[in-house]
Amino acid sequence: MKNKYDIIVVGAGPAGSITAKTCAEGGLDVLLIEKRQEIGDPVRCAEGVGKDALKKHIEPDKRWIAAEVKGSRIISPDGTQILMSGDAAMKDVGYTLERKVFDRVLAQKAAMAGVEVMVKTRATGLLRNNGNVSGIKAMYMGETREITASIVIGADGVESKVGRWGGIDTSLRPVDIETCAQFLVSNLDPGEYSEFYLGERYSPSGYVWVFPKGGYTANVGIGILGSKSGSIRAISHLQKFIDTFIPHGKIVEMVVGGVPVSGPIKQTVANGLILVGDAARQSDPLTGGGIINAMDAGKMAGEVCIKAREKGDYSVKTLKEYEDRWRATIGKELSKSLLVKNMVLKLTDEQLNQLAHSLDGMDVSTMELSKLLYVLFKKNPKLLWELRTLFN
Amino acid sequence: MSVNVNRYKCGYCGACVGVCPVGALELVETWIEVDNTCTSCGVCAKICPVGALSVVK
Ligand SMILES: Cc1cc2nc3c(=O)[nH]c(=O)nc-3n(C[C@H](O)[C@H](O)[C@H](O)COP(=O)(O)OP(=O)(O)OC[C@H]3O[C@@H](n4cnc5c(N)ncnc54)[C@H](O)[C@@H]3O)c2cc1C
Ligand code: SF4
Ligand code: SF4
Repeated sequence: MKNKYDIIVVGAGPAGSITAKTCAEGGLDVLLIEKRQEIGDPVRCAEGVGKDALKKHIEPDKRWIAAEVKGSRIISPDGTQILMSGDAAMKDVGYTLERKVFDRVLAQKAAMAGVEVMVKTRATGLLRNNGNVSGIKAMYMGETREITASIVIGADGVESKVGRWGGIDTSLRPVDIETCAQFLVSNLDPGEYSEFYLGERYSPSGYVWVFPKGGYTANVGIGILGSKSGSIRAISHLQKFIDTFIPHGKIVEMVVGGVPVSGPIKQTVANGLILVGDAARQSDPLTGGGIINAMDAGKMAGEVCIKAREKGDYSVKTLKEYEDRWRATIGKELSKSLLVKNMVLKLTDEQLNQLAHSLDGMDVSTMELSKLLYVLFKKNPKLLWELRTLFN
Repeated sequence: MSVNVNRYKCGYCGACVGVCPVGALELVETWIEVDNTCTSCGVCAKICPVGALSVVK
């Protein structure tokens, strides 16, 4: 580890590794630090991604693909099923990843592009010069260091301290976080579709997911809104779901975690500082998916860092291009999802059943989510009136 | 004023760190550290997926 770089990336998740790799490919001198001793472990994810979106960043590799899925099945409280497979032309639409391997491979790709990777290295604060962020304080194997850089990237996930040190308040209110628990369940045949169980019957203020993970296993998890957590926890809801619906299942791994569901936050850049991925609260408020957004944002951030270096200007004036780009793309989707999430939260089990029944006899299997929402809205305008702005 | 962490329960996910309004928490590998800026607001204890945190008044 030197004591000076062009870019320091804090956090080796998908956001950090893609940012670091993009910067290095543009000729920048990059340090990527990860506080854990093993990148990607423990996992805090259900590991579901869309194939096409992933392929924009990395060639699929069986080392980190646990299972392929043909689409999603949404299950309403009375058991009515809605089958979606995205696009008729696409035979297989998604993967369940093995993130322990996936995250490490992404960091390796960054390393191959020239990035210096340091594990067991934790950022503990920021350095400043004339009010601008100019590097980090770090602890490596119990020793403190100061390392300078033109830009610091906060890719430190849901915990996100870097933004706060830089004056950006990223703290999540309980209503802005899904508190999640998941078991890797063995001794079941989950089929070839990712399943989503909606309604109070399965989970208050959230949903249960069952993602096939290959070899008679599945990630079975639950997310409940932080504001509803307290007297009953995500973990106890999950245990109840397993006991009731998958009593034969054998639990071989446990995952807990929080997903930011705030929707776009006000600020993600400061002088010499950029936030990406979960640190920038870019995960989807409706689905909880954040891997692809983290990678997309990382690419944008990296490209803007390269420009900043060319100009020799690391101020908000230049970095704002990142902010503009992600708001125009990811940000728009997040806002839409937030609207739908807030709507879904208000629906009772009966109303969810009514929505599912309104699709009776229709083939929605090849519809994108946006098209499905449109059809639901058309058939249930009163119930879904708040969503009308989505279709104007 | 502070919070107690049941280290035998904690799944070291960092969710509590993300909600603490004053940034008093830190996840270091498998343990949560609490510094003296904690105001005992209880937000972290509310959202912990496994209920590993309790507020000490
Ligand atoms: C239960 C659960 C289920 C989910 N399911 C899905 C899903 O199916 N599909 C999907 O797309 N998304 C899912 N997500 C969301 C997804 O996991 C995140 O959006 C994604 O990991 C974000 O990537 P990231 O790189 O921003 O952050 P992370 O992957 O969280 O990486 C951040 C990294 O920063 C490190 N770090 C933190 N602080 C410091 C520091 N001070 N110094 C050094 N390193 C630091 C952390 O150790 C971590 O490795 C799920 C999340 C949870 C919790
Ligand atoms: S939220 Fe709970 S399980 Fe997660 S790190 Fe904090 S104390 Fe541990
Ligand atoms: S009680 Fe409040 S201030 Fe104290 S650590 Fe928890 S969230 Fe932070």
